[in-house]
Amino acid sequence: MRREARLAVVLLAPSLLLLVALFYLPQLLLLAVSFGHRSAYGGVERALSLENYARALEPMYLAILGRSLGLAAFSTLACLLVGFPFAWWLARRVPARSRSALLALVVLPFWTSFLVRMYAWIVLLRSEGLVNLALVALGLPRVELLYNDFAVLVGQVYGELPFMIVPLYVSLEKLDGALVEAAADLGASPARAFWSVVVPQTLPGIAAGCLLVFIPSLGAFLAPDLLGGGRTTYIGNLIQNQFAVARDMPFGAALSFVLSLLVVVLLLVFRRPLKAAQEL
Amino acid sequence: MQGALAVRGLSKSFRSQPAVRDVTLEIAPGELVTLLGPSGCGKTTLLRLVAGFERPDAGTLTISGRDVTAVPPHKRPVNTVFQHYALFPHRDVAGNVGFGLEMRGLAAAEIERKVAQALALVRLEGFGARAVSELSGGQKQRVALARALVLEPELLLLDEPMAALDPKLRHEMQVELKNLQERVGITFLFVTHDQHEALLLSDRIAVMSQGRIEQVDAPEALYEKPRTRFVADFLGVQNLLRGTVGELSGGIARVVTEGGLVIAAQDDGGYRKGAPVCIGLRAERISLVERAANVLEGAIDDEIFLGDWTEWRVRTGGSVLSVGEGNVLARDRRRGDSVTLSFPPEAVLRLEDGGAAA
Repeated sequence: MRREARLAVVLLAPSLLLLVALFYLPQLLLLAVSFGHRSAYGGVERALSLENYARALEPMYLAILGRSLGLAAFSTLACLLVGFPFAWWLARRVPARSRSALLALVVLPFWTSFLVRMYAWIVLLRSEGLVNLALVALGLPRVELLYNDFAVLVGQVYGELPFMIVPLYVSLEKLDGALVEAAADLGASPARAFWSVVVPQTLPGIAAGCLLVFIPSLGAFLAPDLLGGGRTTYIGNLIQNQFAVARDMPFGAALSFVLSLLVVVLLLVFRRPLKAAQEL
Repeated sequence: MQGALAVRGLSKSFRSQPAVRDVTLEIAPGELVTLLGPSGCGKTTLLRLVAGFERPDAGTLTISGRDVTAVPPHKRPVNTVFQHYALFPHRDVAGNVGFGLEMRGLAAAEIERKVAQALALVRLEGFGARAVSELSGGQKQRVALARALVLEPELLLLDEPMAALDPKLRHEMQVELKNLQERVGITFLFVTHDQHEALLLSDRIAVMSQGRIEQVDAPEALYEKPRTRFVADFLGVQNLLRGTVGELSGGIARVVTEGGLVIAAQDDGGYRKGAPVCIGLRAERISLVERAANVLEGAIDDEIFLGDWTEWRVRTGGSVLSVGEGNVLARDRRRGDSVTLSFPPEAVLRLEDGGAAA
């Protein structure tokens, strides 16, 4: 037992050290900053005040938070609707030997930086972009695709889709095909078999995929900046602005913690399906 | 015609690999028919075609007089007990048994009543609220049975339902299943690779090999009169010999085997003088002592002790024959001992040699 305990310490030490030094300590610093004041030249005056939090909860900022929740919810839903059929096809229709190659293709975009991939979407969506050129060639009118909420959603869905597909794939691959056949055998139409057997059986994968897409989407700032043209402000842009442009670190820190708190609350709400997801 | 199944000219290939070839089979209402054969013989594919999980390439399927060849599985009057039961892990026992009734849109009270009845039928009263993961193998099998029977199917399909049970429990469940089938009077189509199970349960057995049905017969007829070398081999006929038909006289055919033995066989009219023939001989029909029409001199080559009886491997001419002797009567024999073998002509089975068997 003592040997095992020692072994556990040795094995955990590197990751614990990394977490403490690069995550918990900075978070504590940020927490301290969030209670401070902005000094005249963009520095931080130490204080113990809740004024930044009060400001973060003003209607204007709550509206931005609400818009971010909407973007995250829409991205998650779109990823689920796009990802599920693909994951189903990959896990249950593709022969086993080709699956890992196709799964690698799903993850391949991660080899390129997110920033570069967003610029690639600009090339595709702009008024002289590939999509519009194709429309014009077909004799159709040009469509304004870039610098609006649609473009932001496209960028988010594109960027986060692999995070949805991978957990869905894992749980769909584990789904016993005999259960689906049993449902049909007992009189369930394909749609009913889907809702009464496939969905409950793959709920862990659905929950994991949704969270993996929802949480990063909530704090998204790159896609809104580049594809939305900064016309619409999301909470991620707001926070980034406080640190990089407005030089109001205490307010930015308070906004960050409000966002983190929201995520923690959501994690608590979805505690049960998430627990199932850990068994994946 | 309620509960009758008619399969006509059914064929199914997977990636140009034939699994079921031109199968024709008629099952009467209330009959228990077994599809028996080694793995890969097409028996499970045939069952899946009847259930509707696979679409046939050719042929027709009729259930209770209605052509269901193009009917999807959820609209067929057929239910299945799956090999590994396929119980829904996210539903409790009652939720599993009631699933089909829910799909039919029955009222909750009606479902509850029927589920309780079905659980009583398989002797699982009071198990409704249990989780599937809490059940033993035998209990899972009963739940799977109840889940299928509660819908009162016209035909129940069972895909090796005993394969996952330990041998003692398997025997109990076989007897129980047989009783249950007689009580509910539903037609059963049962898939197994276990000949003992098939002999115990079936009204008729269809032996399958390489996608075809080799022989369909009642268990006794199949055991006593296997028609082909494959069926004889699969049903444990230990001695299979190839030879040529010699003299035919007085209802007796003399077969000269490849090993040089001359064996007198009862002529059923199928022997043709000078034609090649395959014959089979059950070890338990050969006696080591009495004199009879076939008397062969040999020497004991090997001994296989099987508990109740001993299988002696006797070298005679160029062949080695298996000879069974009950241990009650067994003499003290050793390897190399000279023995005399005898058996009556009726014991010799004339077999069609399709070359399917090893």
